[in-house]
Amino acid sequence: MTDILNAFVVFANFVLVPGAAYGAQLALGALGITLVYGVLRFSNFAHGDTMAFGAMVTVLVTWWMQGHGVSLGLLPTALLALPFGIAATALFVLATDRVVYRFYRRQRSAPVIFVIVSVGVMFIMNGVVRFIIGPDDQNFADGARFLISAGDFRRLTGLEEGLAIKSTALLTLVVALVVMAALFWFLQKTRMGKAMRAYADNEDLALLSGVNPDRVVMVAWILVAALATVAGVLYGLDKTFKPFTYFQLLLPMFAAAIVGGIGNPVGAILGGFVIAYSEVAVTYAYKRFLGHLLPESLAPESLVQLLGTEYKFAVSFIILVVVLLIRPTGILRGKTI
Amino acid sequence: MSASLRAPVLFAFMAAALAVVGFYQSWSLSLAILNLCLISSIMALGVNVQWGYAGLFNVGTMGFAAIGGVAAVLVSAAPVGEAWSAGGWGLFLSLLAVIGTIIAIVLIRAKMPKGRARGFAVAAAILVGYTLARWAFDPAVDAIEAVDPALSGYLGGLGLPITVSWAVGGLMAAGVAWVIGKIALGLRSDYLAIATLGISEIIVFIAKNEDWMTRGVKNVTGLPRPVPYEVDLQQAPWFLERVAAWGLDPVEASSIYVKLSYALLFAAVLLVLLWLSEKALNSPWGRMMRSIRDNEAAAEAMGKDVTARRLQTFILGSAICGIAGAMLTTLDGQFTPGTYNPLRFTFLIWVMVIVGGSGNNWGSVLGGFLIWFVWIQAEPAGRWMMDVMTMGFGEENPFRLHMIESAAYMRFVLMGLILLVALRFAPKGLIPERTKLG
Repeated sequence: MTDILNAFVVFANFVLVPGAAYGAQLALGALGITLVYGVLRFSNFAHGDTMAFGAMVTVLVTWWMQGHGVSLGLLPTALLALPFGIAATALFVLATDRVVYRFYRRQRSAPVIFVIVSVGVMFIMNGVVRFIIGPDDQNFADGARFLISAGDFRRLTGLEEGLAIKSTALLTLVVALVVMAALFWFLQKTRMGKAMRAYADNEDLALLSGVNPDRVVMVAWILVAALATVAGVLYGLDKTFKPFTYFQLLLPMFAAAIVGGIGNPVGAILGGFVIAYSEVAVTYAYKRFLGHLLPESLAPESLVQLLGTEYKFAVSFIILVVVLLIRPTGILRGKTI
Repeated sequence: MSASLRAPVLFAFMAAALAVVGFYQSWSLSLAILNLCLISSIMALGVNVQWGYAGLFNVGTMGFAAIGGVAAVLVSAAPVGEAWSAGGWGLFLSLLAVIGTIIAIVLIRAKMPKGRARGFAVAAAILVGYTLARWAFDPAVDAIEAVDPALSGYLGGLGLPITVSWAVGGLMAAGVAWVIGKIALGLRSDYLAIATLGISEIIVFIAKNEDWMTRGVKNVTGLPRPVPYEVDLQQAPWFLERVAAWGLDPVEASSIYVKLSYALLFAAVLLVLLWLSEKALNSPWGRMMRSIRDNEAAAEAMGKDVTARRLQTFILGSAICGIAGAMLTTLDGQFTPGTYNPLRFTFLIWVMVIVGGSGNNWGSVLGGFLIWFVWIQAEPAGRWMMDVMTMGFGEENPFRLHMIESAAYMRFVLMGLILLVALRFAPKGLIPERTKLG
């Protein structure tokens, strides 16, 4: 029995808990991508760098607050700085929309032109972030490190294996849940949210019904900025803040949005967790897990790892390809434009 | 300015810019920029074949360039016999397992009726094949990587002349493009973008991590060169004589001689590819491609096989990028997987094509020259500008130091601005596509 418990604890420690936090981060990122896709009708290549930008502003404000002795006690100070990050990012993306995207929207350019334009925006954001904060790792996490550490867990339960839960993992899940609940409340219950869904569904019909397109687009960008900043900050707290990693997240986030059904918010969340758990599960070495379950003589000698961790991004890509081949609209039917 | 004069004037301007660098900075630098301009132009040509001819949005140029680099290693590096005898059989067996699995899957899919049983059979075949392949592969890789890890630890290449790898790189890139195209070209345009973005990341991950093939981040250095070495030239009597006759410094002259030889080789490749691309563009095939790009439904109604034609252009364009990738590794003399960066190897190429003129081969070549030139020169220019702008602060002022240190990143912003301005105000590029009316 203890063997089974030990095996479960190992599995929870290395797959279940990290996967949940990573999944929530991907889901928030994918929600932003899906929102741009639904309302503005293009794949936003600048989304990863929008996350980096939001996280960067939050990091800077956090440092400033830490310098002035502001603290949230057990919680990271970054939570206090988050609204500033969101506000700055919202201003930035609204400015880009005004200067860049609006022109092509009025021209009714093809989606692929928007994608190329977003590459230009990506370049600029990339340069701005590196210019301000540099290309290196930055640490801005404070507050309690662990909800429960591996040692404490072992002492509490008397099991051989420990289960460490980082406080940032729980924080990620709670914040993600709150943000998602707020988003769905907004989309389902408010007048603006309904207008946005109508606009995403059928632009011409929505316009005929008196929906103000400029307001819809504006609110959508603000939501995207908020989602991107929250996702970027949570990822940075949980792992590390480094500008390039946000660009690399683009692939798993797109995969999450498409696998779930692009344009469909529930799909984005589902996709985020599907991608995160597959990545973690495929790159996890099952040696210790199996060691507890199997009798001594059968215990594996190799790592029992399907793919090296360096190939974790390949996993999201393979899932993406398989879903595109079998069910191009995604698990929950998304839209195709 | 009339359209026919535009291209020559712009190219003359480009030549003048390189000459200015030669006179005011150094000819060695000018030629170094020229060489990379030539390679960038070839890559831009490849992207133009895909985007300009057929409207395919491929953001995987980095991956195809990396394939070219791998080809350069596999073709030209000296073979490591010991590694082959240590792990060659194991690799061969795992390759057999992979081929066997593929054959098994094809057979299962052909013989069994569609349904749940077939799905399980395919899954079982994959599982068995994967286990067998790993069983043979893992020890072989360990054995190979254990062979003198500081110097080799990989299989090495064939030891052939490195210029052969240019063609091989093109062929390998074409092969990979065929697989990707088969999967992704039937899908919507932005899915192709995401698929190519993903595959290019994966190719670079493979190059970084499969040490038995490419030595990974340990890099493969000392690849053979198609041109003489500077040290040899500096001791060759004929060269010293010539240099003395012209009153040049032998060290400087040897460096220029080497770079010039590269430039001639690259220019020859560029001209051949450019000629072929122009021929293709102005052939019935090229007209068909443009008709597919501009009105897919009409082309399809005329009986054109849209997907097959797209696959064709996708493969051709990717092959050109593969050739350029192999040439780049040749110029560097080493393969360094860690340096492949999507901004530099994919998106910068896109800026070249858009700015130069998508759909026009000459335009893409010009874009390759111009953007590479700006990209290189923006770094010292940015540093100088920051230096001047922050002159008012003290020499050791942290703000001033930060600004100067970070100036290099301003060129990303500059490239973004160039791309956005070009798209907005000159969406057809500097040398627009020629359209024949009537």
